[in-house]
Amino acid sequence: MSAQTQQGKALPGSLAANPLLAQWLRFKPEGTVEVSPGKVEIGQGILTALMQIVADELDIEPARVKLKAASTARSPNEGVTSGSLSVQQCGIALRHACAEARAMFVAAAAERLGVEAGSLAVEDGTIIGPENARTSYWELADLVPLDAPASGKVAPKPATARKYAGHSAARVDIPDKVFGRPRYIHDLKLPRMLHGRVLRPLTRGAALVALNEEAARAIPGFVALARDGNFVGVLAETEAAAERCLALLRSQAEWRGGEELPDEATLTDWLKSQPVETKTVDSRETAAAGSPAGHMRRQYSRPFIAHGSIAPSCALARWEGAGVHVWTHSQGIYNLRAELAAVLKLSPEEVVVEHAEGAGCYGHNGADDVALDAALLARAADGRPVRVLWTREDELTRAPFGAAMAVEIEAELDGEGEILRWRHELWSNGHTARPSRGSNPVLLAASELAEPFPHVVSTNPPLPAGGAERNAVPIYDFPAWHIISHRLLVMPVRVSALRSLGAFANVFAIESFIDELAAERGEDPVAFRLRYLGNPRARAVLEAAAGRAGWGSRRGGEGTGYGVALARYKNMGAYCAVVAEVEGEEDVRVRRLVLAVDVGEAINPDGVRNQIEGGAIQATSWTLKEAVRFDRTRITSDNWEDYPILKFSEVPAVEVEILSRPEESPVGAGEAAQGPVAGAIANAVFDALGVRVRSLPITRDNIIAAMELS
Amino acid sequence: MPGTSKAMAERVELRINGAETAVEADPASPLLGVLRETLGLTGSRFGCGAGLCGACFVLIDGHAVPSCDTPLWATAGKEVTTVEGLGTPEHPHPLQQAFIEEQAMQCGYCVSGILISAAALLRRNTDPSEAEVREALDRNLCRCGAHNRMVRAVLKAARGKGTA
Repeated sequence: MSAQTQQGKALPGSLAANPLLAQWLRFKPEGTVEVSPGKVEIGQGILTALMQIVADELDIEPARVKLKAASTARSPNEGVTSGSLSVQQCGIALRHACAEARAMFVAAAAERLGVEAGSLAVEDGTIIGPENARTSYWELADLVPLDAPASGKVAPKPATARKYAGHSAARVDIPDKVFGRPRYIHDLKLPRMLHGRVLRPLTRGAALVALNEEAARAIPGFVALARDGNFVGVLAETEAAAERCLALLRSQAEWRGGEELPDEATLTDWLKSQPVETKTVDSRETAAAGSPAGHMRRQYSRPFIAHGSIAPSCALARWEGAGVHVWTHSQGIYNLRAELAAVLKLSPEEVVVEHAEGAGCYGHNGADDVALDAALLARAADGRPVRVLWTREDELTRAPFGAAMAVEIEAELDGEGEILRWRHELWSNGHTARPSRGSNPVLLAASELAEPFPHVVSTNPPLPAGGAERNAVPIYDFPAWHIISHRLLVMPVRVSALRSLGAFANVFAIESFIDELAAERGEDPVAFRLRYLGNPRARAVLEAAAGRAGWGSRRGGEGTGYGVALARYKNMGAYCAVVAEVEGEEDVRVRRLVLAVDVGEAINPDGVRNQIEGGAIQATSWTLKEAVRFDRTRITSDNWEDYPILKFSEVPAVEVEILSRPEESPVGAGEAAQGPVAGAIANAVFDALGVRVRSLPITRDNIIAAMELS
Repeated sequence: MPGTSKAMAERVELRINGAETAVEADPASPLLGVLRETLGLTGSRFGCGAGLCGACFVLIDGHAVPSCDTPLWATAGKEVTTVEGLGTPEHPHPLQQAFIEEQAMQCGYCVSGILISAAALLRRNTDPSEAEVREALDRNLCRCGAHNRMVRAVLKAARGKGTA
């Protein structure tokens, strides 16, 4: 339930669900402010942006802000750190909570000093009145009751009064990382800690029919074997011993059955021939949509894509009496807690879930799965803490993937090739099977237990953000459109949320198709887009990217090409336009990407730039190289040679221009570049080679296939 | 045959970050495990266990090598340098300083190994071109897309060293 202000308006951001100020802020006697946000650091630099916001509203130096790891024992429940929403939800909540706290402290100071509140100023937490009368947040901490709900009546500072937000700040986590100090969950070492490893079949859902434990038990350092149905794990005193035990168990385990996978060679046809749930995403019809003189139809696709974090997933767990304490790099500690409680048959209060930083997280990866693995193995550890680390193979084959998609777009055109009607139809698994979104647990081991939970078929988050249908509605002012989404009701390949969800394929398809229409008319792709684009912020990013990239004076030909694309993430988040410059014949290399973005207020401009650069480079990798490989029984791309990603020598130059809009609401930057980058690269490939590649990735094989098709 | 080669712990002498040390370990076990688990040097990261990602790189006699794939015995008589041995907050290596100045990372998990590859490069080439930096870092994977910042930082560190 959402808390409301006294005027009946919902409190801003995550304050609505977590209105108590004490959940957000604690003033410590040593002169610091402890903040334990529910959103977590996943490599995106959110902690630094939050620190800037808190320092501004409280009028303190950023160094006084102490960010504490999120834990279900103390942090507000902010759901999942996903969807590029941390600044909108958590940052805005903190901004308002701090503004209220500051006002309460100033009122308390006025009373103590016997002066008007209006005569007081705050400097680095010291509250100063006329004739140098002084007190401070920390002196008054006992008098100010922060265990009260926010009123919603105190307005934060105007943008012009902010000292830190809006300016680039050095990230707080970087020094630890360059000096190699312990920082990640992988580095946590608890007293008497054991190491656990889990044995899993190559074929998902296979049954364990024979297991020889003797050899593993003979390894020095072996502690225990934990088995529950098809879930098997081993505990040892050292990591090396745990790995040796696992190798022995694996070599002598016999599995039978399991799920059959589709034929990789005909994946798009497979997507379009499965049982589906169909819905109309959006529909519009206006008088301007006259009768057509012609039409064009094209199909685009993307394969399954892996998260490919550089660190395998890791978790720690320790049973304490009837309850369990879990350390995790999950994006959603409360949802994970609910899910663990359901599987372990505990009440949520018996489970404490604490966040510790992992490596880069780009969606629902193996973090939640390994947390359950650790909790299950720790049951056999007699109260000792257990650390479980997945293998690289686990990470590339057993974590959920981003879903494969097929997108068909058809346009009805008038005699001049202008767009009258637009039809976008997509086939895909749902893009979310996150913990605690449905009635059954989704964690990997839950389906392996002696009393198994069924495999969950992923679904789509509700519109307007949507999942598979994210960004399926065009940003252009076409007179009429019809957008249809088919969600697969079977899921042989495990999928869930990956950065930008369906937006990657939808924007790739829309922006490719727009380019094809412009090419048919012989019209400049930027000019063609602008004629259909009424939204001034969308026009501004497109013009900025084109201007900075020198679009008007570009010179293609000779194996060099330029392409452009744009989108507004979720149709309600950040605007992003991209110009790509590519070179190549059979192997395509992206030479340069120029991006212009509008994220509203940019709290940490360098942080925004870093997120956009990173998103653009990752999207280049997806677009040029990445596809999960499989045969009929198993995922075969289980190492970095079989699942190659973009290398340093292949990374394009990336330029980012941020259109500054400090008065606009801040929106996230993390996912805005994914779709536009794919579209711009594909369009540039067409410009360079005259070949339209509609199946991602744009590899040599797919270019040759596209040449043969045309 | 797995299991037939019994793990035998022996006293193994190592020279790590300029200091002599000795551990009781199977000489065939990977260096990375000993660094992280026995010696508490967790700056070298586990990424793939197959020498394909670079997260665990250390310098052995100045060459960047995957410690996940290097048996302990192979370090005999050699100088091992981990990211902790490059510099400290008080006396940072020019590369560490440049990575901070350029904010050259996102999640940072790959950074230790990249600093090591860059340090090996600067030992053999004090004035690398951008293409040479990229080539030297090609064995290191970064998933967040912070490559260009890291390349800038390496070039900055190289230039700083040249003019200091």
